Amino acid sequence: MAYSQKVVDKFEETLKNPKGASVGRWKPGDKDYHRVGTGIVGAPACGDVMKLQIKCENIDGDNRIVDARFKTYGCGSAIASSGQLIDMLKGKTLEEAQNISNQEIVDILELPAIKIHCSVLAEEAIHRAIDDFKSLRNND
Amino acid sequence: MDKKYLFKRNNVWWVKLAVPVYLRDKLGFDLRKSTGEKDLDKAIHMRDSIISELKLKFQDNSESNSSNESNLSNKTTYFDYASTTPVDERVIEKMKQCLSFEGAFGNSGSRSHIYGWKAEELVEQARSNVSNLLNCDPREIIWTSGATESDNLAIKGAANFYQSKGKHIITSKIEHKAVLDVCRQLEKEEYEITYLDPDENGVITPQAVKNAIREDTVLVSLMHINNEIGVVNDIEQIGLITRENGTIFHVDAAQSAGKIPINLKELNVDLMSFSAHKIYGPKGIGALYIRRRPRVRLQPLFHGGGQERGIRAGTLPTHQIVGMGEAFKIAQEQMQMDYKRLTDFRSILWNGLKDMEEVYINGSIENSFPGIFNMSFNFVEGESLIMALKNIAVSSGSACTSASLEPSYVLRALGRPDELAHSSIRFSFGRFTRREEVENTVNLVKNSVSQLREISPLWEMYQDGIDLDKIEWA
Repeated sequence: MAYSQKVVDKFEETLKNPKGASVGRWKPGDKDYHRVGTGIVGAPACGDVMKLQIKCENIDGDNRIVDARFKTYGCGSAIASSGQLIDMLKGKTLEEAQNISNQEIVDILELPAIKIHCSVLAEEAIHRAIDDFKSLRNND
Repeated sequence: MDKKYLFKRNNVWWVKLAVPVYLRDKLGFDLRKSTGEKDLDKAIHMRDSIISELKLKFQDNSESNSSNESNLSNKTTYFDYASTTPVDERVIEKMKQCLSFEGAFGNSGSRSHIYGWKAEELVEQARSNVSNLLNCDPREIIWTSGATESDNLAIKGAANFYQSKGKHIITSKIEHKAVLDVCRQLEKEEYEITYLDPDENGVITPQAVKNAIREDTVLVSLMHINNEIGVVNDIEQIGLITRENGTIFHVDAAQSAGKIPINLKELNVDLMSFSAHKIYGPKGIGALYIRRRPRVRLQPLFHGGGQERGIRAGTLPTHQIVGMGEAFKIAQEQMQMDYKRLTDFRSILWNGLKDMEEVYINGSIENSFPGIFNMSFNFVEGESLIMALKNIAVSSGSACTSASLEPSYVLRALGRPDELAHSSIRFSFGRFTRREEVENTVNLVKNSVSQLREISPLWEMYQDGIDLDKIEWA
């Protein structure tokens, strides 16, 4: 299968400079961990697992995503989709992030039809991360 | 007057020679040189020496090419020989002689003139080349379009011909689709198929066949070398069981012919499928071995002009057949040498990678053909690894490289968990593989795997000591 140049570029950029591409994690015990929401979607048996973390800050009454990190096990387009999602998230309010649709990722990366599920996974990941963050708030 | 290679410009004759495709980047489409002659006869006289002189330039450029070959960065290493092979130049030469008016273009079925006789002679020579490699009678070889057709003809042909004897067929879960899909089709026609499980190394044991065989079993169809994992089945022992039971034994030898010894005089195999393009011959040609003693009969798939003793009608493609014959002849001469090189290559790769964490061999080293080596790198998805290894052409059992989104059915049948099937890569080496290509691959694979593990959440969990099997995945 031939990927678009955009998928290839995003994939290679992520591999070459993982930190710069926001690969990483916040773990329990980290200073701001209470402001991090985590979403894990997919399953190893299906060949795709995406882990997304968002760090939020209350700015002028809105919870905004000030930073995000990810790790992804999956095919090239799953990795590229995660990276693309990260680029789209930073600076957005939770409400704006909630409205990101997988179609935007499909369009930007020019994903072939058989790889659309990778973008769906990314959309699910952000929903999970937001839910997780909100549940943390509720527990406060 | 033969003006080949000559053309006239400003009243003077020039020589023009086409440049081989691989040198066109450097030399353009053709090389030209003036003969300095206005007279055609004199120009023709000079032509050969000018052509030789121009051809030297091809050589010079090829050589400077090969001195750069240790620099692999701009080239793609081909490690997918189990998928298909390039045609050996010696084979191409023979094939070229069967196409044009000057060559043996005739119909081998034409009995009334020399064009037909010449083609027939070449076809029969090729048949002998094939039968020599396999130690059988040339009359036991039937030309087909490839191993898929041979498998179809063998299985459907035998099942249909002998259906009054029974409708039970034994095969395995790790056969090529050309066998499995034929069996699925026969199931619709009310045949009963037993799909044997391989052992954990991928071997179909003679005992498994013995346990499954019944009085109404008309056919056992098993492969010789598995195309995904390289494991070799013991067709000698299995043949003893089928012969004793009076059951026909078909073996798909697409991956093994010309690579490991096959002696059909010694084996109790009744039908065997072959392909040319897996052994440096052309695509689109194959053969089926049909035993004469004891005689095996088949119902044909194609009906027509009665070629191949009525078992496979259709005008014989002389150039394809000659190509297959030459490829099999070369394979016979080179088999030992090829095998030794492949064994070295596999050792280099495995010795370079075996100390990495969470690396698995799919199949086994002891009982397999060294040209096919299948490994899983846990916590790294196969397609992403292929993408990271962008200058190496390999294939994967990962779902993401297939249209079906299912991981390899072969690896699953071995009992590999799905995630390891998703993480598999098949390296297959061949006659044109160079040692340094394998050596370079070791480091490329190590680097790519560790880069991908760096971004893998599963690797992170593994490092944290989390048991992935205990997680409830969404």
